[in-house]
Amino acid sequence: MVALAHVLASDPIPARSQMGASLGFHIILACFGVAFAAVTMTAEWIGIKRNDAAALLLARRWSKVMAVLVAVGAVSGTVLSYELGLLWPGLMGRFGAAFGVGFSFEGIFFFLEAIFVGVYLYGWQRLSPWAHWWSGMPIVISGVLGALSVVAMNSWMNSPAGFTLTNGRLTNVDPVSVFFNASTPYETAHMVLAAYMVTGFVIAGVYAVGLLRGRRDRYHRLGFAIPFTIAGIFAPLQVMMGDIMARFIAHNQPIKFAAMEYVAKTGNNIPEWLGGILINGNQVYFGLSIPSFDSILVGFNPHITVIGWDSVPPDQRPPLATLIHLSFDLMVGLGFFLFALAAWQAWWWWFHRRLLLTAWFLVPAVLSGVAAITAMEAGWVVTEVGRQPWIVYRILLVNDAVTPSNGVPVTLAVILALYAILTVVSIGVPMIMSRRWRQGTPAEEEAEEVPYGPSPDEAGASRAERPARPTVPRGSSGGPEAP
Amino acid sequence: MNPSGATIAVAAILVVVIAAYALFGGADFGGGIWDLLAGGDQRGAAPRELIDESITPVWEANHVWLVFILVLTWTSFPGAFAAIMTALFVPLSLSLLGIVLRGAGFAFRHTAERLNMQRLTGATFAAASLITPYFMGTVVGAVVTGQVPVVPTGNVVAAWTSPTAILTGFLFVAACAYISAVFLVLEARQRGHQDLVRYFSLRATAAGVVTGALAGGTFAELSTSAPYVYHRLTGIALWLVAISIAAGIAVLGMLWLHWYHALFLRATAAIAVATVVFGWGLAQYPYLIPTTLPLAPGSAPTASLDSEFIVAGLAVGLVAPGFAILYYLQQRGLLTAADTDADLRRAAHLEPAIPGQPAAAQAPAGTRVTTALVLAMLAIRAIRDVFSPRDRR
Repeated sequence: MVALAHVLASDPIPARSQMGASLGFHIILACFGVAFAAVTMTAEWIGIKRNDAAALLLARRWSKVMAVLVAVGAVSGTVLSYELGLLWPGLMGRFGAAFGVGFSFEGIFFFLEAIFVGVYLYGWQRLSPWAHWWSGMPIVISGVLGALSVVAMNSWMNSPAGFTLTNGRLTNVDPVSVFFNASTPYETAHMVLAAYMVTGFVIAGVYAVGLLRGRRDRYHRLGFAIPFTIAGIFAPLQVMMGDIMARFIAHNQPIKFAAMEYVAKTGNNIPEWLGGILINGNQVYFGLSIPSFDSILVGFNPHITVIGWDSVPPDQRPPLATLIHLSFDLMVGLGFFLFALAAWQAWWWWFHRRLLLTAWFLVPAVLSGVAAITAMEAGWVVTEVGRQPWIVYRILLVNDAVTPSNGVPVTLAVILALYAILTVVSIGVPMIMSRRWRQGTPAEEEAEEVPYGPSPDEAGASRAERPARPTVPRGSSGGPEAP
Repeated sequence: MNPSGATIAVAAILVVVIAAYALFGGADFGGGIWDLLAGGDQRGAAPRELIDESITPVWEANHVWLVFILVLTWTSFPGAFAAIMTALFVPLSLSLLGIVLRGAGFAFRHTAERLNMQRLTGATFAAASLITPYFMGTVVGAVVTGQVPVVPTGNVVAAWTSPTAILTGFLFVAACAYISAVFLVLEARQRGHQDLVRYFSLRATAAGVVTGALAGGTFAELSTSAPYVYHRLTGIALWLVAISIAAGIAVLGMLWLHWYHALFLRATAAIAVATVVFGWGLAQYPYLIPTTLPLAPGSAPTASLDSEFIVAGLAVGLVAPGFAILYYLQQRGLLTAADTDADLRRAAHLEPAIPGQPAAAQAPAGTRVTTALVLAMLAIRAIRDVFSPRDRR
């Protein structure tokens, strides 16, 4: 027992798992912190411009959900700042001076975000419509800049730069080079796009459920169309970004790339593996191989040389190559799935000028939120596991950064239980809200909930639980209803 | 090697941020503690509601103070940060547990529909408000006594279970309860709840006395467990200790006289707490961990410190105007929410304070202020004289 405890304590696996669980949880909430305001403000913009009651009601309700998610995100973000020190004192002690800078800036942006979420949430009634709309702008900007600050620090772990080590001690720091390291433009762009996709597809997925259940009024159609359009615009950009980024990783972190693509030996005419399990370190089973395609993807030429993991000793290769490769494939696959879904809707809209709302489309659309989250999580698995055994690439090993304190297995168990609670809160509170919204008496709610809306009579068309009316409020972008 | 000006400035910023967290976060935790002690469903309903209304608006910002403390420490004093985080892994993890449980309990208690569920989430919130400041206090106690090794090889249980650490933990809890009760007196008064004014006035007095006693005990304990810090507390930092004691007594006096001046009472209570933090900072100088890790070798390269100044500048340049806008809109009554979704607003933790009702008859300020100031100055002189002769004169 003691021996087991010792093994668990000295091994970085519990610490890695705890960090992974915490990051994996927080990143979902962070996406909403980054992108929810933009989605809400789009709805408000439509609402004000076109005097559209349904859009305004959506914006107003979304602002409440946003506030809950930002609050839970504040808690899980605090957990992460603690854990950086609790789990990785070797990283913070040695590189905190370089690595910490971005987090300080993030603190500022989070402060701003929290302040303006408050203004936005409580300004609905008394601020003029456009003043209220502009009060949301700082949330959008600080959300993106906050994401930039934190993701830049993760980029730094992949492409450490901007510091001088003397006898293993950090003696000089160039904060600008730390912040704008080689990976920063790729990782931050990839993550901000991902945040918009996750937020858009998750919200759209919620309204797709309502549409599938027959609530086909303007309120639900807009609730689906606005976030789906935003996410759909970013989906093709994300596919392009991912392709550019993979090529960058092939040059910048070739061993990570080798694990992503099962490149055992350096060479040319490297095949592209779709799926497959790595057995005995160099044989791929159950996978589909496309000859020379990996070389083509890396350098647009089958004769391009791709570096394999045989170029470094085994102790410098990431473990679990199968996990990395399958996560990568999953992310890419889901990215194309989301792209295809968006393209399908766009195609239909182009030719029919109305939303495609058949079950064939809506069922995958319901799943698009889960798909976007899964793709993002898979992407983080690729970048984090792929960097192993390094915590700072080619500078500091995970084993040298992990805390010598015992007790991490306990905190791991506790943190998993706590995240279960937080998950219940962040899904449960909006669900209870939505139930109350559907139970509310329409007259009351219109009077209170739609401050700039048209007369209650007209606004009645937006009521969630009423069957769709044949008439659609003016300025409709939804067009006639599909039966 | 003397610490550079930049190092001292960053350390000063850190101390100010810690003081801010002690005040705002402390009031917040204290609210939870009074919630815990408010009694049964019936009896505790009124105070609980007041606590709920008044701590909700600050909840979000308080987390940011804490995150700033962590970030400032690891960027500016990475070695000390790593040492503290390793040696005090257990109490820090427990304080983190409290933070998460508080957040979850608080978010859900307003949405919970059944009474049982409300009780459970309420109790979670309240209990977590107790453990978080306690364990944060033990961490400070462990640092002050210098029991955190510079290069720890694992948990150091003795550091946070020493009498000083335990006393500091209780001191933190009492101080949170104290500052919160004082603020709640004013909140109750602003809302015109006379019975709650008495209720919290009594509790503020009791908490003030307990805090004073615990502070005295901690102080006495420091003379043996942390001689360096004790020496400076009775020396160069004595004036801060004296101000703190004087302010503490002044608050008790104001409460006793029923002189609930919104600004003076709040400010005096805040001074009583903040000066302790400043005193602690000054007493530790020039050490991050007394007598083993000084500031100079423990601080980050100059460029990192400079970037923290930029952050501090941004905080003043961006966040302060943001707060100003929030405050302005709130004062102008432009921030409101529909009545029907009060529960949702609370669940979001972002409810701004209800615009204050016109305060009841103002106390005749002039004479009392003068008297209070004269008394406070006399008290400071007296306390200085009590402690000083042995060391300096």
